[in-house]
Formats: sequence, C-alpha cells, structure tokens
Amino acid sequence: MKIGVLSLQGDFEAHTRVLARLDMPYCEIRHPEQLRDTDGLILPGGESTTMVKFIQAAGFEPALKAYAKARRPIFGTCAGAILLAAEVIDRPQFSLGLIDLVVRRNAYGRQVDSFIEVGPCAGFNEPLEMVFIRAPIIESVGPSVSVLARAQNRPVLVRSGNILVSTFHPELTVDNRVHAYFLAMAH
Amino acid sequence: MSEQNLLRLKIGLAEMLKGGAIMDVTNADQAKIAEDAGAVAVMALERVPADIRAQGGIARMASPKRIREIMAVVSIPVMAKVRIGHFVEAQILEALAVDYIDESEVLTPADEEHHIDKHAFKVPFVCGARDLGEALRRVAEGAALIRTKGEAGSGNIVEAVRHLRKIQKEIKTLTVLPEEELMAEAKRLGSPFELVRMVAKNGRLPVPNFAAGGIATPADAALAMQLGAESVFVGSGIFKSEDPARRAQAIVQAVTHFREANILLQVSEDLAEPMKGIDIAKLDEKDKLQTRGW
Repeated sequence: MKIGVLSLQGDFEAHTRVLARLDMPYCEIRHPEQLRDTDGLILPGGESTTMVKFIQAAGFEPALKAYAKARRPIFGTCAGAILLAAEVIDRPQFSLGLIDLVVRRNAYGRQVDSFIEVGPCAGFNEPLEMVFIRAPIIESVGPSVSVLARAQNRPVLVRSGNILVSTFHPELTVDNRVHAYFLAMAH
Repeated sequence: MSEQNLLRLKIGLAEMLKGGAIMDVTNADQAKIAEDAGAVAVMALERVPADIRAQGGIARMASPKRIREIMAVVSIPVMAKVRIGHFVEAQILEALAVDYIDESEVLTPADEEHHIDKHAFKVPFVCGARDLGEALRRVAEGAALIRTKGEAGSGNIVEAVRHLRKIQKEIKTLTVLPEEELMAEAKRLGSPFELVRMVAKNGRLPVPNFAAGGIATPADAALAMQLGAESVFVGSGIFKSEDPARRAQAIVQAVTHFREANILLQVSEDLAEPMKGIDIAKLDEKDKLQTRGW
C-alpha cells in the first residue's frame, strides 16, 4: 500500500512526516499520472488559490475526479478541504465538488486569529488537539456527510464515503490518530 | 495561549507557505497580478528594493492605507516589512492584522544594535540571515521563519546562493560534532546553546528556511530550491521585469517543479526581459543591504 501526497504547494512535507511515523510508504504527487500507483491521496494545507492554478492547468481535475469515483480515499486538510468542497464562498473559487460541503475561506479571520483547540472526536477515546491556521469554516454539510468532530460548534472533521476532510491540521501535531483513521479507510 | 502554542501557530503558517513564491508588491494592482499568477503570499512595501537602491533616502514601513488596500484585494496572506529594531512599526502592522512581518534589512535600520523582541507579538516574523549564527539569533528572538538575505534589489542570485550554502554547511557540520564540541561551536556561531543543540540533533533549522535576495528568473528560483530553500521570496525580480504576470507564473511553476529540467526549460522560454541586475563585486560595501543587522 502507498499513499500519495499532493505536493504542488503547502505543508505536504508535514503529512509525509506523519506517514513515516506510521510506517506507511508515500510518494509526492506533482503530476496526475503519478496518482496511478497510490491507494489513497492527501491534499495538504497551503494556499488553495495557488493549488487551484495547478489543478486547473495540468489535467489534475479529471484525474482527481476519476480517483474519487474509483472509490479511492482522499483526505483534505484546510486548503485540501476547500479543494474538495462542493461550494466555496466568500471569494467563490473553483473546487472539485467531491464532498457535499459549503466552505467559507479564512472565515475565522487573519493569522492573528489562528488558534489551537482540544476537543472530542467520534471514535477516539482521548480528546484531539486541533490546530487552525487561517482556517476555513464548514458552513453546511449535505445529508451524505457525517460529522466526526466539532470546534466552536462547527463541523471541523467530516467524512462522506471515501472522502475525509478536516479544516484543522492534524499533520502539525504529534498525534497520528486522524491519519491512522484515514489509512484504515484506504485498507 | 501558551508561548509554545503561539510559536507553533506562527511556524504553522510558514509551513503552509512552503513550495511557493512570495512576491513583493507596492500596490493593490500588483498584488492582484501576483495572486492571479499563483503567489502563496504577497509582501507589501513602499518601493521594491531595486528602487530603494536607485532612489536612496530612508526606506520605511509602507503606509497602512496602501497595505490595507492590498489586504482588501487578495485572499492570500499579506506580509509587510518593518525596519530592523522598529518595534512600533511592528505594533502598527499587528494592529492592522497583517499575516507576517518581515523585519528587513531592505529598509533603513531603526536600531543598529537590537532587533525586535518578536516573542512579544502575536503576528509571526520572518527575518533574514547570512549564516547559521545569525539565523539562530533571530529564532531566539522569536522569528518563526528564516530567509536568506541575499542581496536585495540586485537581480543577482550570487549572495543568496552563498547564504544558502553557508547555512546548510554549518548545519551539516553541527550534526557530526560530538556533544562536547557544541558549546564551543555555539560560542563561535554566537547563538544560544540550546538552539545549536537542537539543530545538531535534527539536522535542520527549528523553523522553515526560505530564500530571498536577487531571484530574477525561474532558474534562480529552482536553484534556490535545489540548494535546500523551502520557498522563495521574489522582490524586484517580478515587477522590474518586462512582463511581470508571465514571469510570476513561470517562477511559481519553477518552484513546484524545481527538479524537472524539462518544465524549467518550458517556463523559461519566451519570457520577456528580466530585470537588469547589478554585479555585486562592483557594489560598494556601504551600498550592500545584507550587512544591515547582525
């Protein structure tokens, strides 16, 4: 088994560090054809506007849609969540529409409003530390989406079928559980 | 929030900016061009370094009104520069809620002895460095991101290469030194022992390390990346060139695909003229920006 990490821009290296801690083979993805040998894909945090330029220009859009359609799992964190959403508001922008969410970008404010919160998460015995950096807010979820964790009364970790989304950054903590959950989806 | 968690958030934003290009802009129109080209952030300043060099005079923080206009038109992070040691300019930028502050040698220093106590701010800081000692001094003061100083506004990559190589070499050296030699090395570097020890153990800076100063072409950007930079700042290189939008796009591509020569070739073709540039050897010592700060 091998996990791809979209490495067009952002904190892809932080994700690879977690995968290494979990002894999971991984590869960096910069071209659509590199998706072929992977069993799951992580869309990292970063600047979604930058990633969109690459996704629209380099043939990633059809490749990612086919990937999801083939029921291969995708995990998006922060910018990755924005890319996967059905709709992006407050500066509407392109998204892949692979999970039934409406997200609002930079919704907590600017960097001075970034924060860390500890809270419960469905299926985990111990609370989860959640790092929010210029994070988006999930404004609404469709009926197919289950909410696994909330912060400040809003969904922050959600799943629909083979798509997992967090608006926070589990890759910036020493806790491997969210990634381990994703790997279980990929098995 | 604990100081430790605040630092994690500051470094966290730098993590998000990796593998990208941060572009100097002087107004909202340029900021929009940069964002449309795929910049991960913009750096607001009054004049690009090449103009500061050419026009002389005191270079200060950009006007808050101008920065606010830039913040209004782009959704990517907005950084802005303050003079070395000018903590009140930084307080003003924090009140304005810019996303990153660059305590920059490109502006005229306000304090020739002391840099800003960056722990005192909620906004993260980036600082320039020419070697490991300088980088770790800035980290000790609270910088969450280090960039090479290079020689800003020169269009000449030679100084950024020198600084990147020097920092990498000094890091490598630390990793092979026996524990008892680290104290003497900390003394030589002029850096806090605990940070020196951390670098010796991890083989990397405690914060991300970007390149800046003299990047003018996609090849320059990719060179910096291949030498170990995790992102690039492009100052005068874009808006002092003939076709800024295309050059900006080409540099964004070059940073992501920095190891793929065929893509670097493709984005380097048919670019209009780059900025002219300066031979550093012909630059008077007093005209060098990199020697500001310590």
